[in-house]
Amino acid sequence: MLRFILSKLLYLIPTMLGITLVAFGFIRMLPGDPVLLMAGERGVSPERYAEISAQLGYDKPLWQQYFTYLGDLLQGDLGNSIVTKKPVLAEFLALFPATVELAVVAIIIATLIGVPVGVVAAIKRGSWFDQISMTGALIGFSMPIFWWGLLLIIFFSGILQWTPVSGRISLMYFFPPVTGFMLIDSLISGQKGAFSSALSHLILPSIVLATIPLAVIARQTRSAMLEVMGEDYVRTAKAKGLSARRVIGVHALRNAMIPVITTIGLQIGVLMAGAILTETIFSWPGIGKWMIDSISRRDYPVVQSGLLLIAGIVMIVNLLVDLTYGLINPRIRHK
Amino acid sequence: MSIFSTRFLAASALALMAAAPLHAKTFVYCSEGSPEGFDPAPYTAGTTFDASGHPIYNRLVQFKAGTTEIEPGLAETWDVSEDGLTYTFHLRKGVKFHSNDKFTPSRDFNADDVIFSFNRQADAKDPWHTYISGITYEYYSSMEMDKLIKSIEKVDDNTVKFTLNHPEAPFLANIAMPFVSILSKEYADTLEKAGTKEDLNNAPIGTGPFKFVAYQKDAVIRYQKNADYWGEAPKIDDLVFAITPDASVRLQKLKAGECHLMPFPAPADLADIKADPNLKVDEQAGLNVGYLAYNTTVAPFDKPEVRRALNMAMDKKALLEAVYQGSGEVAKNPIPPTMWSYNNAIEDDKYDPEAAKKMLEDAGVKDLSMEIWAMPVQRPYMPNARRAAEVIQSDFAKAGVKVEIVSYEWGEYLKKSMEEGRKGAVILGWTGDNGDPDNFLSVLLSCAAAQPGGANRAFWCNEEFSALLAKAKASSNHEERVKLYEEAQVIFKDQAPWATLAHSTQYVPMAKNVTGFVQSPLGDYTFETVDLAE
Repeated sequence: MLRFILSKLLYLIPTMLGITLVAFGFIRMLPGDPVLLMAGERGVSPERYAEISAQLGYDKPLWQQYFTYLGDLLQGDLGNSIVTKKPVLAEFLALFPATVELAVVAIIIATLIGVPVGVVAAIKRGSWFDQISMTGALIGFSMPIFWWGLLLIIFFSGILQWTPVSGRISLMYFFPPVTGFMLIDSLISGQKGAFSSALSHLILPSIVLATIPLAVIARQTRSAMLEVMGEDYVRTAKAKGLSARRVIGVHALRNAMIPVITTIGLQIGVLMAGAILTETIFSWPGIGKWMIDSISRRDYPVVQSGLLLIAGIVMIVNLLVDLTYGLINPRIRHK
Repeated sequence: MSIFSTRFLAASALALMAAAPLHAKTFVYCSEGSPEGFDPAPYTAGTTFDASGHPIYNRLVQFKAGTTEIEPGLAETWDVSEDGLTYTFHLRKGVKFHSNDKFTPSRDFNADDVIFSFNRQADAKDPWHTYISGITYEYYSSMEMDKLIKSIEKVDDNTVKFTLNHPEAPFLANIAMPFVSILSKEYADTLEKAGTKEDLNNAPIGTGPFKFVAYQKDAVIRYQKNADYWGEAPKIDDLVFAITPDASVRLQKLKAGECHLMPFPAPADLADIKADPNLKVDEQAGLNVGYLAYNTTVAPFDKPEVRRALNMAMDKKALLEAVYQGSGEVAKNPIPPTMWSYNNAIEDDKYDPEAAKKMLEDAGVKDLSMEIWAMPVQRPYMPNARRAAEVIQSDFAKAGVKVEIVSYEWGEYLKKSMEEGRKGAVILGWTGDNGDPDNFLSVLLSCAAAQPGGANRAFWCNEEFSALLAKAKASSNHEERVKLYEEAQVIFKDQAPWATLAHSTQYVPMAKNVTGFVQSPLGDYTFETVDLAE
């Protein structure tokens, strides 16, 4: 087991190295450069341009810039944002909890609804429930997130006034961030009503962010269940006279869960991508919006180090998913 | 990591300090973006100045609310020498800096603070010049303050003398801008001793109407009324910026009562906002211009009669409707009508495609085909450049001119549009920084600005025009300046380096109970005068 984890962690090193190269190259391949964008309509004289470029180290050849970047990384320096001039790591740590909180709630919603829906759709294959839920999943999967988010805001926050429009908590509440997770911090603060305010602010964005993973999970569960239900051991279990509940719950579901868990693990990447739009609509101060702003301003240090941090986290989550297989299926328990 | 933890602690401490319940009057502004930082000097975005320069700080002189007129700020009075080279500022006495948990000022504002605030930007050897890594002072250098100011001397605690290299009339307007806000020298010294220099940017101390309380990145900025404010104290107790980047969401928040006022409504939402009984909209002509710049160095656009003919082929009223949805006015001059020295006697080119066609033929131009560049981003002066280009394309077709519309990524667009020998005409615009006509005419149309790195995208260099601007810039006689700029506009109209398209209107939607909000022609959002009716 330990050896398995260690070997996986070893794989991380070349992968991370590859990511630094891709991230470094990707943002520089885009046309436009940060100094010109900062100057805007006013323009910047060639001398001044050279001066600023030199100050930022962008006058050097690309390979040299890359190795300087790698050298800084090895010393734990992820660089400073060109725009805010602040350390990338500090900005990331300030924003990351908000994204995690949103993503965790979204994945819980997606799983708690997606798996049962998929199971029922599989058992009652061809029924109206199956048809409606799978059509719904198809719509959910193809939903333009921006439009969907705005629609929910206008309906639930605008017309019905059930939920707040945007933000993480009502402005009435004001307490220092301890964990950065608003649900936890609001409880710690002890201020009356803070927790429910934080919760109500989470509802719409997490539903929006959960939409695509929910659709994917429901469809994956359904097809995995259908496959398992046709297996010999399920037939045997049925033939033994076990109750339908036991056949489905113990024999079928447990086996069907393996591809489902893979799917859920893969949704982490999808959530990060979805966070970009969701966070923009709901004014959610997380890393998705931070990334998109930095890309549009060609803030090279933020994009390259931010992508590296996000990629590292996604890989670690995937490793954890790998480990959970063993819990479900003893045959792939790592020794 | 260590930087982070000290920051984090500082932020928590600040937050704890202010964790007192909100006061009765809290004003919430749904701002459109996050500030880059809270030191106004190294940044250039209006969003940053709204969050730092305006609420937290003051300048020596300031713009009178709702105008571009200069009035006393931290300087009560000033004398200008006859040659226009020396400005002596007499500073206001008894002005208190804010305090926070790490700093309590032991003295009032004085000349040292003024010198500190300028020198840290001017002098590369000043220990505060590079107090954050990668910091540059873009406004200071692009307004050419480094070339203008020869020296700054402290005469006594309450008197500062600025000596200039050459007389410059817009100098006072320049130093009313947020980038030369006055910071506390004493605070800087305290931070230096504590080894937390970057707090000058994170935990700002100023003399302005609001004290900074806390900033949660990309989410909320909190301020508190400065009870010791030297001017008229704000009427609200707490000011909160709820950062909301999407215009439709800002409107939903405003409607739901989650904020009191918002900037930059989507043009398509205006009718809906005006129909809402709980909202009202303040509107004012913006200090801006949207234009189409020909390349006057490339044939056939080097001939003024060709450019004038094209201008006549353009139906600007239709363009205003299609692109600005009517919210603005057709531009005939390069400066907006709300700016002093605007020459209203000038007549705009009449829309006449047939006459335009004939003029082109007379100039020997046949089967002209050209590029029109459409910028890829929205700006207040140009809400939809692609549509503007399409309108112009169909107008020009009527005069027999074929148009191909091109666009580039924004940074590329800015760069390529300033490349020598550029083909085609470029859609772009400008929003004034300080209300001085020089800030439009010299920046956008002078010979100096036609050089690489300038902003004269017509590459138009008219000696006579530039000489008038230079003369006006050096004159301290206002009447004379007005005349010179009026004359310059006549030359501009005759030579037609641009087609002037429109001046757009600024709309500020707010809740019905908001009173006292004064729109700034410069597009700043300031809240020291706002109040909430019961």
